[in-house]
Amino acid sequence: MDASLNIVIVDESPVRAAILENGLREAGYRNVVRIEGTTNLLARIYGIDPDVILIDLENPSRDVLEQMFQVSRVVRRPVAMFVDQSDSASIQASVDAGVSAYIVDGLKKERIKSILDLCISRFNAFSRLQNELEQTRSALEERKIIDRAKGILMKAKNLSEESAYALLRKTAMNENRKIAEVAQSVITAAELFK
Amino acid sequence: MTETRLRIGFIPLCDAASLLIAVDKGFAAAEGLDIELIREVSWSNVRDKLNIGLFDAAHLLAPVAIASSLGLGHIKVPIVAPFELGVNGNAITVSPQLHAEIVEAADGNVLDPLVSARALARVLEKRKRIGAEPLAFGMTFPFSTHNYQLRFWMAAAGIDPDEDVRLVVLPPPYMVESLASRQVDGFCVGAPWNSVAVNLGVGCILHFSCEILAHAAEKVLAVRARWADENPDAVIRLVRALDRSAAFIEDPANRREVAALLAASHRVGVAAEVIERTLEGRLKVAPNGGTRTDKRYLLIGHNGAARPDPVQAAWLYAQMVRWGQASLSEDLLAAAKAVFRPDLFDAAPHGNYANVTVPADRIGAFAGPVFDAEDITSHLNSWAISWAMKQR
Repeated sequence: MDASLNIVIVDESPVRAAILENGLREAGYRNVVRIEGTTNLLARIYGIDPDVILIDLENPSRDVLEQMFQVSRVVRRPVAMFVDQSDSASIQASVDAGVSAYIVDGLKKERIKSILDLCISRFNAFSRLQNELEQTRSALEERKIIDRAKGILMKAKNLSEESAYALLRKTAMNENRKIAEVAQSVITAAELFK
Repeated sequence: MTETRLRIGFIPLCDAASLLIAVDKGFAAAEGLDIELIREVSWSNVRDKLNIGLFDAAHLLAPVAIASSLGLGHIKVPIVAPFELGVNGNAITVSPQLHAEIVEAADGNVLDPLVSARALARVLEKRKRIGAEPLAFGMTFPFSTHNYQLRFWMAAAGIDPDEDVRLVVLPPPYMVESLASRQVDGFCVGAPWNSVAVNLGVGCILHFSCEILAHAAEKVLAVRARWADENPDAVIRLVRALDRSAAFIEDPANRREVAALLAASHRVGVAAEVIERTLEGRLKVAPNGGTRTDKRYLLIGHNGAARPDPVQAAWLYAQMVRWGQASLSEDLLAAAKAVFRPDLFDAAPHGNYANVTVPADRIGAFAGPVFDAEDITSHLNSWAISWAMKQR
């Protein structure tokens, strides 16, 4: 590991960028800079003169970085894509995780393998976290919809809460639908009959 | 017919129309193709996901297909293009201030690209004399028609695009904002972004790209060469679906419906009215309301436009050499031309389209000698300004 490598993170998600930065610092990398915004991106990157640039794949600014490979008077030193032709497993893993890495030419692949591995695992962890949050959120939403439908049924059919729920569940099973979907239909119907 | 599942990436632009409409109007399904469209945010992503096999096919910048096949700027993955999704369709837009300066410095009508480029050269000289920053122009990708069209136009008047101006890559959705905040003074981009800048009052369209080059391959349907070899039947069905789709788009009777479908947020995602004007080649060019119409503005499938033309590939490769992105060799030229596959297009029957004449040399540049794909050395030698010249 090379603690003195200059690492730049370009990520539109500030939370994920912070997670990544922390991970790199914990791993012992001292020079990690997060870049925010898109104004004069290339000039700011040249100003930092990084050895490694990490960018999320949902970031349109990725195309801006491709200009670093061009023959141009603003380029101070050549930059090459980390993953070369011999390393398709690496490129596949990083694209799957949603991150791309660029390094300066001449830097040995082995020296930054640990950085890329860390990126991939943090990006994957972040998206797992997001999925869990999303699931929790939709479970909460469903709960609310079912509660409202129960209330409507209790009032309209003079049922107990338990019987209202049993009715929703039975209908869902008969129609091979989710309880939340049946509940939504009840709410929609109730709105129409208002 | 067995159902074939395909994952196809695209960038939300009007010239993805044949692909998007093929799915939305069922032309793909009629060919037994179950296409999943994936909207992407950068050309780098589209290229990488196509290269590593996450996409079966992609809406791709024509020069990126060539660069990928030659291994320029990135890993080498041979790509072939059996269908041209769009010809032309870009425009050069400048800030109202720069537009006024160009008009003032012009020695004729600025509708003539040679007049406007000479005027720009004078504006740049004046700025140099007073020690002002060089002007900056945005384009979408190093290997893009936008990059080459800006350079071709400027260099015709003696402007060195690597010395006298700053060319910067900007993602199309950031173009307008960058022009408004004066980070760039102009840009070359595809539809609908030029119109968006004009509508917001921050830009004037100086030229349609078809005024620079009458006929320029813009986007192709790209597949990996290996995939095409292994799935010849899927290629034929895909070409046939795109071909029917292009014919549908070309029919003026369908224009409103096409524009409405493309306007959807998961497709191109801009106002249907802007898309309709783009397809008609009728653009508002100045914030105060002037419009310009050119039926060549964007060609989707017009007679011959969808058929890949190796001459176009040769022209694009010549620009890569001219600007130092590729070295000059007969082998590379042959490899570039082999990316465009009219044979794969011809393997599928194609429909009748509205007729648009193709220039004699199939490029129709506003400056310089006629283009000869068999002799790009003399094409390159005819330019006073090129990267190759500076190396001598």
